[in-house]
Formats: sequence, structure tokens, C-alpha cells
Amino acid sequence: MKGFEPKIIGFLCNWCSYEGADAAGRARKAYPANLRVLRVMCSGRVDPQFILEAFKEGADGVMILGCHPGDCHYKEGNLQTLKRYYVLKRVLSTLGIEEDRLRLDWISAGEGDKFVQVVSEMTERMRQLGPLPR
Amino acid sequence: MTGKPKIALYWCSSCGGCEESVIDLAEDLLTVTAAVDIVFWPVALDFKYKDVVAMNDGEITATLINGAIRMGEQEHMAKMLRKKSRLVIAHGSCAHLGGVVGLANFYRREDLLSRLYQEVPTINNPQGILPQLETIESGRKVKLPDFHDTVKTLDQVVEVDYTIPGCPPTPELIKEAMMMVLEDRLPPRGSVLAEKKALCDTCPRRDSKPDKLRITEFKRVYETEWDPEKCFLAEGIICLGPATRGGCNARCINANMPCRGCFGPTDDVRDQGAKSSSFLASIIDVTDKEALKKIVDAIPDPGGLFYRYGLASSILKGKMTRGRS
Repeated sequence: MKGFEPKIIGFLCNWCSYEGADAAGRARKAYPANLRVLRVMCSGRVDPQFILEAFKEGADGVMILGCHPGDCHYKEGNLQTLKRYYVLKRVLSTLGIEEDRLRLDWISAGEGDKFVQVVSEMTERMRQLGPLPR
Repeated sequence: MTGKPKIALYWCSSCGGCEESVIDLAEDLLTVTAAVDIVFWPVALDFKYKDVVAMNDGEITATLINGAIRMGEQEHMAKMLRKKSRLVIAHGSCAHLGGVVGLANFYRREDLLSRLYQEVPTINNPQGILPQLETIESGRKVKLPDFHDTVKTLDQVVEVDYTIPGCPPTPELIKEAMMMVLEDRLPPRGSVLAEKKALCDTCPRRDSKPDKLRITEFKRVYETEWDPEKCFLAEGIICLGPATRGGCNARCINANMPCRGCFGPTDDVRDQGAKSSSFLASIIDVTDKEALKKIVDAIPDPGGLFYRYGLASSILKGKMTRGRS
């Protein structure tokens, strides 16, 4: 797919993953500019409706990044997201959206390198999948 | 003609159950017909298209339209009736949400037509002919209405003033809607004429719903025997009551069957399927990835389950690859 730049929406939790992205920034790490970050208080705040809305409005991929299990600022918000993620992936595939277009990962405030790695992987995978047909 | 309010009823892409629900008014139908003139109702009364076309704009007090919009002819009729009516009321799940016929949005138009006219074992169509908009038959030109790419809800085609939800709506709701029109006590425009809260709020089994539902296995109704007094979710049977508008008199629950969501979402929810999947996920009591995957994979046909009535009205309106009109 020549000239295709995927658009990726990322929901980053305020306490860990957004800090992780900041850590990458402070360390002057480079990562693909395909990610549009939305800060949420907790990955558990991400309603599946937000994800469908993102796909409808032009996202080729959506990422939810939250605290590692056990580290959630609200104790178990990220675990709720984990469960929703598994159910929603099945719903998405019936709607013609490949499962890889939605990714959930855990990134702590110190994991700037992991943030860069996850965003790069996701961008590369979206390049392979191509634009989401609409 | 008298000065009584004029009412019209029409059906689009539907099964006829909503028409039946009007007949289910039983004796109350006499009360309604005494108070109004029914000026158009193709399924029951012999008025013609040209009779309605001859009417003035806004002459009909209220038109109840059931069924989703799939054919060009249905869109044309909906637009014509909209012009002739002061109020247009979406009647039933298909007009409201797309309904069961809206599940066709999981497929492409071409795939539906080739399946139906070329592939099913019972078809006898050696030349593989598909329906045409125009064809010459014995020297005469015969026309068929256009078959759209996508099933649409009524409010995606014309402005809808009120909605009576349900598959089909209860006679009580239809009567109440009629009386609201006749007695001029309608709620704000755009309202769904049923409960505001979810079905669980009025469910006869609500007292047996534990404070915190915890499920480690989803059971299907044929796999298990369940307590007919107890909350379905507490028994591990998927019930969409928490994500579905109430007002149905818990018909299915009272018949010992779980809710499947025909009344659609409550006012604050945009996508019934997304919300249903969300609440169902939240009551799973497992966070180990392997075990979680096993439980989730056991949910049969998640698309058809969560979007049984709401696919055409959902955020994505159907499968992304189905093509657009």
C-alpha cells in the first residue's frame, strides 16, 4: 500500500501510559506520528462505543494503553477493560474489522521504550492491513 | 368525511407482526376507531395509494410506519406519508432500530442476491437471472423497486416524531400512544414512548439479582435447567435486560425466556450492541487471559446476539465491508 499512512487513535490512561508516553518524549525517543493520543483517566473509562466511533470517523486502528494489572490507580479499571477487550474483539470481527485493528497493552510510567515499541508495532501492522474499508 | 383525526398505518420491510400488534388491541381497537378515521392501512382496509396522494400536506394527524427501509418503494412511501402527516410515529423495532431485517447489514447486497436467486438448493434458475429494475414481459415493460445496499431505520430516511418500540410493541403501548395523540398530551418530540429505565428496573425477577453478578461460564438455554424465579444472569444465561429499555411488561421474562433487546437502548446509549457487550464483559469473574478467552469464545454469534435488533441503528450501521449506497 504505497503512500498510505494509517491513522491510529490511542486511549492512554492518565496515571501510567500517558506518563509512559511522556517518558518517551523526555528521552527524545522517536516513534511514528500516526498515533493520535486521547488521555483518559483510566483505561476502564474507554466505552466500546468510543472505539466504534473512532473506526467510524476514520481510524484504521485503535489502541487502549493502561496500567499493568495490579497497578491500576482505581484498583481494577484495567481488568474491566481487559474483559471488554476480549468480548469487543469478537464483535468487531463480525463487523468486518480485523482483530488486530484493536490492541490493548499495559505501559507503566517508566516504560518509554515499551511505548515506542508498541506504537511502532501497531503502525507497522496497520500498514500491512491497509486502510479500513468504508 | 367527519372532523375526526385521521390516522394512517403503513408497513415497509417487516414481518407483519406489528400489524398484528394493532389487531391485538382487541376491543380497544373499537374505542380507537370510534375516535379516529383510519384513512390508509393497506394490510386491512381498501384505500389506495392515489387516495393518500390526493390528500393535502399535513392532513393526516398521525401515521404509524412499521418496518425498516430497504426498497426504493418503501423510501418513496415513507417520504410521501411524511409530507401528508403532522406526526410520523416509528412503530416497532424495525422502524425504530432496523430490527431483525437489519441483520442483513452483515452482508453485501450482491451476496444476498446471489445467495437467494442463484445458490440456495431450492432455487431453479439455470440462467442465474437476478431481479432487474426493468424488464420486458409479453411486450410490456415491468418495473421492480430498487433494492438498496443497506437496511435503514425509518429515522435515517424521514424525520420521525415519536417511536413505539418493541418486536412487536405491546397493545398497551400502542393504545397509550394513540391516546396521547388524541388527548394532545405527547412528551417532547423525539421521545421513545416506553419506560426511560432499563428492563431490570421493572423485571419481576429483580429481587433475585445479586448485588454483584459474577459469571465464570455462559450457558445456553438448551444446555441447562434454570430456576424460573431467579435472575437469568445469576444463572449464567445471557439476558440483555440491563442494556435494554423497559416497558414491555417483561413478556419474555414472564414466559421464562431471557431478554433479547427488542426495545432498544435507553436514551443515553448510542449503540446497544457495544453497551451490551460491555455490561456482559464486566460481569465475567475471570481475568486470567486463557480462561477469559475460553469464556468469551463460548458466547454464540456475538454480532447477532448484541445487535439482533439494533444493527442498522448502530454506530457502524453494519459490516464495514458491505458497501454503501
